[in-house]
Amino acid sequence: MIIKLDNVSYYYKSYNDDGTVGSAVGVENVSLEIEEGSFVALVGHNGCGKSTLAKLLNGLLIPKSGVVTVNGLDTANRDNIFEIRKNVGMVFQNPDNQMVASIVEEDVAFGPENLGVPQSEIVERVEQALKQVGMSEYAKRSPHKLSGGQKQRIAIAGALAIRPKVLVLDESTAMLDPLGRREVLEVAHSLNKQGMTVVLITHFMEEVLDCDTVVVMSGGRVLKTGAPMEIFEDGELLKKVGLAAPRTIALSQMLDDIGLKVTRNCTDAKKLGGEICQNLKK
Amino acid sequence: MLRDVTFGQYYPSDSFVHKMDARVKLVLSLLFMVGIFFVESFVVFGLITLYLLTVIAVSRVPLKSVLKSVRGIVVLLFLTALLNVFFTKGESEPLVNWWKIQIYKEGLIFAAKMLLRLTYLVIGSSILTLTTTPVDLTHAVESLLKPLRVIKFPVHEFALIMSLTLSFIPSLIEETDRIIRAQKARGADFDTGGLVKRAKAFVPILIPLLVGGFRRAEELANAMNSRCYEGATKRTQMRVMKATWRDLIATLFIVIIFTAVFVIYAKKATWGENIWLYF
Repeated sequence: MIIKLDNVSYYYKSYNDDGTVGSAVGVENVSLEIEEGSFVALVGHNGCGKSTLAKLLNGLLIPKSGVVTVNGLDTANRDNIFEIRKNVGMVFQNPDNQMVASIVEEDVAFGPENLGVPQSEIVERVEQALKQVGMSEYAKRSPHKLSGGQKQRIAIAGALAIRPKVLVLDESTAMLDPLGRREVLEVAHSLNKQGMTVVLITHFMEEVLDCDTVVVMSGGRVLKTGAPMEIFEDGELLKKVGLAAPRTIALSQMLDDIGLKVTRNCTDAKKLGGEICQNLKK
Repeated sequence: MLRDVTFGQYYPSDSFVHKMDARVKLVLSLLFMVGIFFVESFVVFGLITLYLLTVIAVSRVPLKSVLKSVRGIVVLLFLTALLNVFFTKGESEPLVNWWKIQIYKEGLIFAAKMLLRLTYLVIGSSILTLTTTPVDLTHAVESLLKPLRVIKFPVHEFALIMSLTLSFIPSLIEETDRIIRAQKARGADFDTGGLVKRAKAFVPILIPLLVGGFRRAEELANAMNSRCYEGATKRTQMRVMKATWRDLIATLFIVIIFTAVFVIYAKKATWGENIWLYF
């Protein structure tokens, strides 16, 4: 168990039109356990609390009630913050707003520099991190001239250079084109295969296909946790939270429901097409 | 519209000057800028001209790029020269004496020297920015200001602010561009009307830009915190700056020239107003 949330709630201040200060729900009574080495997807509509949850994972936000522990350390304890952030790397949505330097390698070096890592080791870490995301040849470039997917990979490298155990991608694919999204996801999955725990926060259902666990959120609460197929089968839940299963899967479910002989929850569009043709021939 | 705005004017090359330590370049440039005000005779100005031409040749920056920086202050140069011409009082007969305007020989000479000084000042500083990347300059400033830590001056924070500003300029320009286009698409008019009307037309650009700036700052702060940023305490740096034989040669070169300049300046009184040294 690398991260554990126990009945966690967080509320934001909200400023009403009449000038009074109220509170708005960020997340409410969330309990969640993230296993080391797993690939967890957090899905939900805008404002469902998934980004709040992400910020609770590395102590950017401290729960108003409940406890978040990372590797056994309580995020509410200020003394633990450094150690926690060393363990939980985070990449955000907008690649432009998380670059601190105007040269790729210097941006990646920012984390280890903050940790006080000796100079020669920083160089080594930067090289390795850039290699892990496949951006080695861009080390001396200026990040603003790269594509969105490349910038996000640089941001991932920046998190990797700290050598975390968990990588949280907070809607890191939301602003990217399909190619950029694929690049980022491929990097995330290859890191996961090397043992990294990955928490992927997204509202693209296609992205959760290869995850171990999917956590569905709505209104600040966790509605369901389960394997991807389990979630896709729960049509009522998906409808309720305003999400939909990936198109191929949804189609295979519908065809299966009306009695055609197709593989239910098929993810391969070509295969499904073939099966539909088989059915038509009969 | 704003796409063409480039920051800094770095001219990439791998010349002697480019390879020098940015700190040394910065210090030598400052020395040059101070030294130029101690140059008083045209003979010495000739020496400085020769020196600048040598540096430009060695740096392999085209003369055109260097002179481009002077173009930006032409108006200022002429204004300064004019003021000096009209307001310097000389002892000899004025060359021109018309109504309230008197122009003296001393005024003309003084104006010419001021013109030369300012021009060389700009050329000197642009050689620095043409041969040093903004990133290197930031590092140089941080490194040189380090002693100020003793009096609790936040050196690291100062340098970080500089480098963040540099790295955010391109995205802010892009955002401004986007907002301008968005407002134009809604029928905003930036090109007609008087000065006041045009200035007012920019309010709908400034407000979203400002709001966006705050959002950016918040996101950046989160990203920096997530990467264990805690200020200057125990922080290390990846980049090492090292002065080499190049820096030694350049330093010697400048020191010799400006020792001569200072000696001539100091000895002026004893040597008298020698025609060669003090035109």
